[in-house]
Amino acid sequence: MIPKRTFDAVIVGGGGAGLRSALQLAQADLKVAVLSKVFPTRSHTVSAQGGITAALANVSEDNWHWHMYDTVKGSDYLGDQDAIEFMCRNAPAAVYELEHMGLPFSRLDNGKIYQRPFGGQSKEYGGEQAVRTCAAADRTGHALLHTLYQRNIAARTQFFDEFFALDLVRDDEGYILGVVALEIESGEAWLFEARATLLATGGAARIFRHSTNAHINTGDGLGMVLRAGLPLEDMEFWQFHPTGIPEVGSLITEGVRGEGGYLINKEGEAFMTRYAPHARDLASRDVVSRAIAQEIQAGRGCGEHGDYVHLKIDHIGADRIKERLPGIRELSMQFAGVDPCEAPIPVTPTAHYMMGGIPSNLHGQVVAPVRYGPEEPVPGLYAVGECACVSVHGANRLGGNSLLDLVVFGRAAGLHMVEYLAENPFPRPVPQEAVDRVLARLARWDRPGDERVAQVRLEMQKIMQAHCGVYRNAALLQSGIDKLNDVEARLERAGLTDRSRVFNTARLEALELENLLPIARATLVSALARQESRGAHSREDFPQRDDDHWLRHTLYSLRDDPLDYKPVRLKPLTVDTFQPKARTY
Amino acid sequence: MRFQIYRYDPESGAAPRMQSYTLDFDPRGRKVLDALMALKELDETLAFRRSCREGVCGSDAVNVNGRNVLACVTPLAGLREPIVVRPLPRLPVIRDLIVDMAQFFQHYRAVKPYLINLDPEPENERLQSPAERAELDGLWECILCGCCTTACPSFWWNPERFLGPAALMQGYRFIADSRDQATDERLDYLEDPYRLFRCHGIMNCVEVCPKGLNPTAAIGKIKALLVKRAF
Repeated sequence: MIPKRTFDAVIVGGGGAGLRSALQLAQADLKVAVLSKVFPTRSHTVSAQGGITAALANVSEDNWHWHMYDTVKGSDYLGDQDAIEFMCRNAPAAVYELEHMGLPFSRLDNGKIYQRPFGGQSKEYGGEQAVRTCAAADRTGHALLHTLYQRNIAARTQFFDEFFALDLVRDDEGYILGVVALEIESGEAWLFEARATLLATGGAARIFRHSTNAHINTGDGLGMVLRAGLPLEDMEFWQFHPTGIPEVGSLITEGVRGEGGYLINKEGEAFMTRYAPHARDLASRDVVSRAIAQEIQAGRGCGEHGDYVHLKIDHIGADRIKERLPGIRELSMQFAGVDPCEAPIPVTPTAHYMMGGIPSNLHGQVVAPVRYGPEEPVPGLYAVGECACVSVHGANRLGGNSLLDLVVFGRAAGLHMVEYLAENPFPRPVPQEAVDRVLARLARWDRPGDERVAQVRLEMQKIMQAHCGVYRNAALLQSGIDKLNDVEARLERAGLTDRSRVFNTARLEALELENLLPIARATLVSALARQESRGAHSREDFPQRDDDHWLRHTLYSLRDDPLDYKPVRLKPLTVDTFQPKARTY
Repeated sequence: MRFQIYRYDPESGAAPRMQSYTLDFDPRGRKVLDALMALKELDETLAFRRSCREGVCGSDAVNVNGRNVLACVTPLAGLREPIVVRPLPRLPVIRDLIVDMAQFFQHYRAVKPYLINLDPEPENERLQSPAERAELDGLWECILCGCCTTACPSFWWNPERFLGPAALMQGYRFIADSRDQATDERLDYLEDPYRLFRCHGIMNCVEVCPKGLNPTAAIGKIKALLVKRAF
């Protein structure tokens, strides 16, 4: 039997979502453990730049209902309107709460929180540009993550740093009873028993060759959910951020365009006026990414290979750049060799954010089509943040809504878990087979093999980059799936040359790849099936949105790729539905 | 390119050693982390931490050619060969380039790195003028990588008792925050011959900080407040 620890709740992931939920539980005097495969402040939330969106109206008139409209429209009407209402309505309180916690927001002259314009934001339901994104310079994610970590120190949350969760433990009745995790330093497996388990494992854009994501974004929670026999939702929807640094992938925040920057092609033309005459450079990200892709396709890209465009910001002046965008200047100088105070930054659409994920409801409960309906809660299992699909982002996320998602639903999940734990006071017995299955998966990597993990991973990333980018079509996706079959077979034959126990990062990367590969497959299969273009999913062979057939969420499960679907929740909590209509910016 | 990398495998029972590697690699535009990852493809047993690969998460602090740096933002071009990569100094090594940061984070927690304000929370944000907020610039951006503290001779001498530049700067980050009400309590804790006063202004911390921050200045401000408080 492996060593065991027992808690009321276990949280997997130490980013913004995990830490916000943990705080709620710790403040309720529950025993909560946060497992994180890296020290919490190394989590990818730290890389978020531009800000967190909330209708505070500090700079110009605003209200949450406008924010809701923009988010529904941004989602290309695939977002669930009850969840979107919940998020936008709670946004101001969530931001004030962060400020009270100590988050060092930038300030306006009157002492209120600084806000900047971001893409897809409007007043009066599609009117003038709104100014809605609250920022701490261009390091808002850093500020948010560190603040939440600090509050958890104050609340005495128990952290298990550098513990890698392997799999959920589930009993025959479907209750989730905790996780088995690997203590990375010792190489030992532990059982973390808990009456409630929350997954906050972040995104998985490392399935792509070029991504803004950290190396650690390997979708571990999604892999765990698939292996537990549960589905993933809307995996065809990946956001390609318009402005990543070519090759390297580092993100250049939308805040650069919010502060007055604009995109130009090799002829020096500010081309966004042709694609989005009204919002121009602050159109939704999917719109801007497609515009850049088309410019590059038409031979108007910059550089030797014409494979990127330029983002110009020097005209706002060096002082403002240094004050408002210091992190961007640093990244641009380090990774593009360009000082944005003097010259434009080279940028290209780069895989950035997973709109899909683990299906959940607005209490953070994981829901699956079992027994009575399409959205039955899985007892004891929660998911929040990028790994979850509530779905507030639908087919395309708006900038500044992801940090908001983390704190609003992190808090909601924490609150619901407190209730759930009170209603379920007694632990259920952990079936030994459930633990043994996980240990067998771990032991598999003691077997020798002739394929190397790094090569298999690279092959998968190349396939996803080539077959599942900004524009897709049936032939491309089908051949992607065929190639991925080979990669999956290669993973079967892979083995490690390092079979030590202490801090074996090779084994860790192998286990991470076991999470990435099924996510890549879920993406290709879901994308091939969806015969329409909506939000970030652009099919050359089906260029129109098709609400009659496709205003619904995809559900992908592991066995033989069966796809299931469920309806979009068009009915908000209290206000009227925003009916789907043509989406222009 | 030629590398010499510190290797330590606690399971082997062997003493730490320097291992030479040669890599066929175009250094242009590439960073030390790119080289480490390429080496790991050749030799899976090489262990190091990494996450964001863009200098914001603080995972991959190592010592390169005698200087504490973040591997992911340190250009290979211009480094003297063989490029010598070691773990951060003075912390226990777990394996290869991976150090045990427990002591470092214990000092961080010791300064109560969170806002203390016991007033009832207002309905909206607490107000803070841009000038008050500017007092935090150069403090809150710390990524807790440990480059500064492990470059500090005072920390080398008294790692258990001297808090080190990173923790002290975070202590000052809250003293400097116009919203914080615990300045006295914080100063009481810091007024100690070891915790604070082992800083002798050597300024290695300033020299190595990959984010261009100045812990020595922050420590100086704490000392100035203590002096002011004494009279």
